Amino acid sequence: MPELRSQYSVSELNAQIRHLLEGSLSDIWVTGEISNFHHHPSSGHMYFTLKDSRSEMRCAMFRGNNQFLKFKPTNGMEVRVFGSVSVYEQRGQVQLKVARMEPAGMGDLFKAFEAMKKSLHEEGLFDSEHKKNIPKFPKKIGVVTSGSGAALQDILNVLNRRAPHVNILIRSTKVQGDGSAQDISNAIHEFNEHGSVDVIIVGRGGGSMEDLWAFNEELVARTIFESTIPIISAVGHETDFTIADFVGDLRAPTPSAAAELVCISVGDIHGTFIEMGNGLSRVLQGKIDRAWIRIDHLENRTTLQQPQKRIQSQIEKLAQYHKRMVHGMGVTQTHFLDKTDALAKQLVGLGPIQVLDRGYSIAFDPSGEIIRNSTDIEIGEIFTLKTGQGSLDAEKTSDHPEPKNT
Amino acid sequence: MTKKENHPSFETSLERLESLVDRMESGDATLEQSLAWFEEGMGLIKSCQSQLKHAEQKVQELIKNSAGEFTVKDIE
Repeated sequence: MPELRSQYSVSELNAQIRHLLEGSLSDIWVTGEISNFHHHPSSGHMYFTLKDSRSEMRCAMFRGNNQFLKFKPTNGMEVRVFGSVSVYEQRGQVQLKVARMEPAGMGDLFKAFEAMKKSLHEEGLFDSEHKKNIPKFPKKIGVVTSGSGAALQDILNVLNRRAPHVNILIRSTKVQGDGSAQDISNAIHEFNEHGSVDVIIVGRGGGSMEDLWAFNEELVARTIFESTIPIISAVGHETDFTIADFVGDLRAPTPSAAAELVCISVGDIHGTFIEMGNGLSRVLQGKIDRAWIRIDHLENRTTLQQPQKRIQSQIEKLAQYHKRMVHGMGVTQTHFLDKTDALAKQLVGLGPIQVLDRGYSIAFDPSGEIIRNSTDIEIGEIFTLKTGQGSLDAEKTSDHPEPKNT
Repeated sequence: MTKKENHPSFETSLERLESLVDRMESGDATLEQSLAWFEEGMGLIKSCQSQLKHAEQKVQELIKNSAGEFTVKDIE
C-alpha cells in the first residue's frame, strides 16, 4: 500500500485517490435525482448525473446491468442506486458505477401495480371476449387527456394529416396527481353520457411510473371496462405498460400511434374507392362487349330494329354517364380515368363488324336464336355460324356441356 | 349540435359499393340493371370523394357544467 506523503506526481496522486476511494466506497447505496440522462444507442450503456440540492455525481450503468431494468429512468426521477465509486486515473475523474437501480420510495407502487394487475386479470377484466371492436370509419373521436399536454398536440397533428374528415371532441383532464384518476373516470363517463363519439382515446405522454399512476388505478380500469364506447389506451412510451392498457379495447404504444390506429387514412379510403370504381368499370365493360354481339345479331334481323335502337340508346346513355363521371372524379384518380378512357374509346371504336373481325362467331339455331349452351340444339340439327365475312351452316355432331359456374 | 349531414357514412357507402360490384360480377343482371348499379356506384364514389375533399376537421371541447349540462365549444 503506498504511504501518504506530501509530495506527489499527478499520476501518483490519481493512483492514490483511486486506491483510497475504490477501497472504501464500494457496494454502497446512493439516493438522488437523475439528470443529463443519456442511453447510448449503440453500446446500450446509460450515462447520467445523480444530484441532490447541493451536489452531483457522474454515473454510468453498463448494458449488462441496465438491460433488466423494469422501468425507464428519466431526468428528474428520484432513484436509489447500488454500486461502487470508480476513478478514471488518466483524467482524475470520479464516477459511480451503478449495478442496480430502483425508483426511490416507489417499491410500494410496483407492488401495488402487480397486485392490481393480478386481481383484475383474475376477475376477467382483461379477457379478449370483452374487447369491443374499434370502428373502421369513426366520424367523431373523443380524446381524454391533458388539454395542455404534448400528447394532445401529437394526436391532433396526426389526425389532421391523416383523417381531416374526422371530427375530434376533447375532454381535458388532469393526467397526474391528486384527483386525476377521478377526473379521467368522469371524462369517460361523460363521453358515454353525451354519446356523440364513436371511439375514445385515453392517454398522456411519457413520465415516471408515479406520473402515469392514474392510469393504474382501479377506478380508471373499471370505468374503461364499463364504457360502451370502445377505448384505445395510449399511455406514455412504448415501454410503459399501465392497467389501462390491459383493460382497454386496444393498446397504442404512444398517443401518436393511437391517432394512427384509430382510423384509416384518407389516402387509403381514396385507394379503396378507386379499386371499387375499377371493378364496376371492368364488369360493365364485359357487359357492353356482350351487348355488342347481341346488337350485331339483331342488325341482321330487320324486323327487330326497335330493340336495337333501345340498346343503342342505352349505350349512348352509358357514354354520357362516363363523361359525367370522368368530369366529376377529379385529378387524383388517374388510374381510374385511364380505365374509363379506355372504356369510352371502346364504346366508340367497337363496331359490330370489328367484333366479328376479331374472330368472334355467333351461332344461331334454326329459329334464329343465339345458341348460348351446347345443349340448346339437338345432335344432327343444322345451325348457322355468322363470321366476320359471311355466314355458314354447320351440323351439331356432339356436345360437351360444362358444369355451370355459380 | 350543428347541421346534420345528409350523405351516407363512408362505411355504409363502402358496403353498398362492395355489394354492387359483387352483384355485377355475378353476371345475371340485365344491361339496364347493370347500368343503374354502375351509375349508383359512381355516384357514391363521387359523393364520398367530394365529402373527403371538402371535409374540414372540427376540433371541439366537451364541457359539463355543475348542473350536469353539456356544452361543446369550438377550439381554434
